[in-house]
Amino acid sequence: MKFTLSWLKEHLDTTASLKEITDALTMVGLELEGVEDRAKGLETFVTAKVLEATQHPNADRLRVCTVDPGNGETVELVCGAPNALTGMIGVFAPGGSYIPGTGITLKPTEIRGVTSNGMLLSEREMNISDEHDGIIDLPENTPIGQPAVIVMGLDDPIIEIAITPNRGDCLGVRGVARDLAAAGIGSLKPLANGPVPGAFKSDINVHLDFDANAQAACPYFVGRYIRGVSNGESPQWLKEKLLSIGLRPISALVDITNLMTFDLNRPLHVFDAGKIKGDLTVRLAKDGETLKALNEKEYTLDHDMTVIADESAAEALGGVMGGEISGVSETTQNVFVESAYFDPVRTAMTGRKLNLQSDARYRFERGIDPAFLENGMEVATRLILDLCGGEPSELVVAGASPATTAPIYLRPDRVQELTGVEISRDEIQRILAILGFEVSGDSDQWQVSIPSWRSDIVHEACLVEEVVRINGFDAIPATPLPRETSLPKPALNQNQKRRSISRRILAGRGLVEAVTYSFMGDKEAALFADIQRSVVIGNPISSELSVMRPTALGNLIQAAGRNADKGFADVDLFEVGPEYYGDGPDDQRIAATGIRTGQTHTKHWAEAPKPVDAYMAKADANAVLEALGAPVEKLQVFTDVRPYYHPGRAGELHLGPKNTLARFGEINPKVLRALGVKGPVVAFEIYPDAVPTPKSKSAARKLLSLSAFQPIERDFAFVVDSDIDAAKIVQAARGAEKVLIDDVRVFDLFEGPSLGEGKKSLAITVVLQPTEKTLTDEEIEGVAQKVVQSVEKVTGGVLRS
Amino acid sequence: METPDQLRDALLKDINTADTVQALEDIRVAALGKKGRITDMMKGLSQMEPDERKAAGQALNALKGEVADALEAKKTSLGDAELDQRLMTEKIDITLSPVPESKGTIHPISQTIDEITLIFGEMGFTVAEGPDIEDDWHNFTALNIPLDHPARQEHDTFYLPGEDGERKVLRTHTSPVQIRTMTDGEPPIRIIVPGRTYRSDYDATHSPMFHQVEGLVIDKTSHMGHLKGCLIEFCRAFFEVDDLPVRFRPSYFPFTEPSAEVDIGCTREGGEFRIGHGDDWLEILGSGMINPNVLSNCGIDPNEYQGFAFGMGVERVAMLKYGIPDLRTFFESDLRWLRHYGFRSLEVPGMVGGLNR
Repeated sequence: MKFTLSWLKEHLDTTASLKEITDALTMVGLELEGVEDRAKGLETFVTAKVLEATQHPNADRLRVCTVDPGNGETVELVCGAPNALTGMIGVFAPGGSYIPGTGITLKPTEIRGVTSNGMLLSEREMNISDEHDGIIDLPENTPIGQPAVIVMGLDDPIIEIAITPNRGDCLGVRGVARDLAAAGIGSLKPLANGPVPGAFKSDINVHLDFDANAQAACPYFVGRYIRGVSNGESPQWLKEKLLSIGLRPISALVDITNLMTFDLNRPLHVFDAGKIKGDLTVRLAKDGETLKALNEKEYTLDHDMTVIADESAAEALGGVMGGEISGVSETTQNVFVESAYFDPVRTAMTGRKLNLQSDARYRFERGIDPAFLENGMEVATRLILDLCGGEPSELVVAGASPATTAPIYLRPDRVQELTGVEISRDEIQRILAILGFEVSGDSDQWQVSIPSWRSDIVHEACLVEEVVRINGFDAIPATPLPRETSLPKPALNQNQKRRSISRRILAGRGLVEAVTYSFMGDKEAALFADIQRSVVIGNPISSELSVMRPTALGNLIQAAGRNADKGFADVDLFEVGPEYYGDGPDDQRIAATGIRTGQTHTKHWAEAPKPVDAYMAKADANAVLEALGAPVEKLQVFTDVRPYYHPGRAGELHLGPKNTLARFGEINPKVLRALGVKGPVVAFEIYPDAVPTPKSKSAARKLLSLSAFQPIERDFAFVVDSDIDAAKIVQAARGAEKVLIDDVRVFDLFEGPSLGEGKKSLAITVVLQPTEKTLTDEEIEGVAQKVVQSVEKVTGGVLRS
Repeated sequence: METPDQLRDALLKDINTADTVQALEDIRVAALGKKGRITDMMKGLSQMEPDERKAAGQALNALKGEVADALEAKKTSLGDAELDQRLMTEKIDITLSPVPESKGTIHPISQTIDEITLIFGEMGFTVAEGPDIEDDWHNFTALNIPLDHPARQEHDTFYLPGEDGERKVLRTHTSPVQIRTMTDGEPPIRIIVPGRTYRSDYDATHSPMFHQVEGLVIDKTSHMGHLKGCLIEFCRAFFEVDDLPVRFRPSYFPFTEPSAEVDIGCTREGGEFRIGHGDDWLEILGSGMINPNVLSNCGIDPNEYQGFAFGMGVERVAMLKYGIPDLRTFFESDLRWLRHYGFRSLEVPGMVGGLNR
């Protein structure tokens, strides 16, 4: 919303400075977006009279002008403008001045043998418009030698503010002035809106034709016929006003409707009465009915949209835009002016459906003042009579003003209870009164009637807001939030803490945390899961962001690919974030997902890098699970894995048959090929929330019992079938002796022709931990035999001799 | 026959001039071995008179101890010298680099959420969460944004098919978690809600996914003064500027009434942006007293309970605090960016050690 300072002062009687006004605007909730000082850089330009313009002796298209800039000396200059004529008054730029529109600083120049000592400027050269057909031609009574910015009204700063959606009433300058008056910046001037007597009865009548359930579409319509107008150019003051806020002057009648819109927030439409057949009917459109609007585009309407139609066709789209056919032109002689109320919701919906934005729609959808139809018409009538002449009819009124908000109770004590600021009852009443509210009733519960232009005020809290915003948020005392306990309780619950731990463990292991989108492409997602229809986005930004991800893996792998394309092939990335498998509130879960790609490290003099492998991903998963308190030694490794993993180089860590704590392994090369990423890529997916909650809440640890005796290690190698898992051998060895065996570790794996086809040798270290006495050789030998028997029995292998 | 004193002088001289461990061993055997000179003298004691023997014995024992100590001391020094010599031959080029380790980092969004959580945690807030895929009621209607509200159009919502004509949405803000907390629990409530949010918008300053932190306080007495106190404390702690100017100005949100936007002071003097005292303001938070309609929608009596809510963009405050110029880069997963703007794993914000290292 834009206006100039002087425009504001047409409604606001104030001596406040520009700074005081702009500060106050922000602090009442009309946030200042900017102030534009159009006079800046134009100060040296003065009004000057062309005493004589003669043909340039050496150039057909140039003139030599003798100019009087009002300082007692005359200046000779060369000018190419066709309208540089003897006697005109223009804007003169003396030598040495900077021309903002061209970026040139003027110097005396010889142009085809004649010295030019300055310049007469066009609007484009002053940088105030694109107009460059000729130089500025000021009215003949303009005093000369005056600063051009003052004469042209450019010394008037333009103020731009942001209007929140609830403050439709401030989409006119007068509404802004009212708020400022309430905030103590001057007083609101009265508005001349008394009735203009009608000279005749309108030829055109208006009918509201709606079904009972659509009456609200247009409950109230005020019209007036004005005959004998002449629709020429607007006067300079009106053109300047519209130009200052970025509107293009068109013709006096159109300019008046724009002025009414931006000045008083009263959108109007003017029909050329000569083009209306019969009466006007306001009704819902018929499906498929068309209208060519003033923007010269044709729209196809439906039965939810309001039109104003004559006997033959729709002539305007109610609350949105007029029609081209019945629009006014230079030849218009009789007009019919519309000042109506259109339903905000229907207007908004119509505009959205047709993708048609207009200043009228913007206002109607935020709610205009339903009690300002007739008065608005009177103001507009005066303007039309002043600028276009003519004779007005009596008002044509159809329907009646829709009901405005019923009075609201305000307990004055609520102001302090809700906001903490003490404001006297007198001041509360003063603020409400200036804003247009009327207060009555007893001392503890007031009845407040709502001004017709404030449809946003719907309950007591709204009134409290009105009072405190005008009183100033600065006056609200900042009060510490009282603590409920002297030391705070932990902010995070167990699962939230686990995410944080997972994140910091993984970063500590050298992985870089990424945050990728919750979406991914549907084709890419299909590589990882069967995508439910319920997680497909109906209006995606692009096909790459079209479904909710079933895992973050796809995004991470693609990110690795992008990094590789930039020359960084060794990527260790992880993300702790959601994955989705349905659209219900419990259909998302958090996973700590990560990948490692390329090589373990860059080429190195001491240690050659090796390709990443599944065991690295397993180590990452184990480290996180251990930090989360999972019983890592009890986890089972399942080798039946999801198809996006390498079928022989991946596993799942389970606690019991159903609870999957993590997946890990090499990513299936087919998936990498589909994603266009070079392997190897190893990955893990950890589900922190799946780790069982410890049964005991106590922080105390289990008592530590330390043996006084040294542990003893014995090594064994077994030859087993190649498909026997190491875990099976380790488990068998562990189970051979429950008390003494403390640990079993695999330290060698060998496959070779010496062992025979389909065989491998696996060597383990068994750690015995005596607890009561040093073990004798016989006792150690006894355990060793049990280990061999157990492993041989479970695996069918033999001790390697 | 030499006296013990003469023998000591001779032996100590030999020990002193010995230049290898072996030479020293030879001296030891010659003096203290089975046929050594001191041993011989000890043997001679038995032929002495008892009173003579006592004095001579003491002298010999002293000599024996003295020589043994001298041998040990010399042995250590010869051993050190030999070790020193060997160590010189073991020299490596210590300027060579160790095996490289990957440097892990924490994403600035996570770190910023941790910082925000820490500050509000100190004020007694706990962290609440909710689903990213929401129904229309939680995301809009319950928050006093009816179907035809203009504010709904400004949200640029992503839609999912849903069931029975009730489409689902990707939550456009973290505010639906307010609703879930109020409908699932009882006041007093003091929560913050960090999380992912979504709007169908993509340009230099908009990302289809971004993060917000929402706050909600409901009890019988918290008013707008508390809102101010709470958020001023937050801004000053988060940006680590003790006297940071914080300004509240009226605004509009459907779910709060009165509503306030919160600005912090800043300056662009000298072409450099800085947060703190200055000539300009920067908007960082939206806030307000809970609209009574929202309380009623959640089954809380607005005549008994009141409170406030606030919300901020995580990326926005992270960009301001850490000088990150472009929103979109947060989600591009460029390793160079992640390492440059990321945090080490052990840089955990804490009230004792401070928010940042």
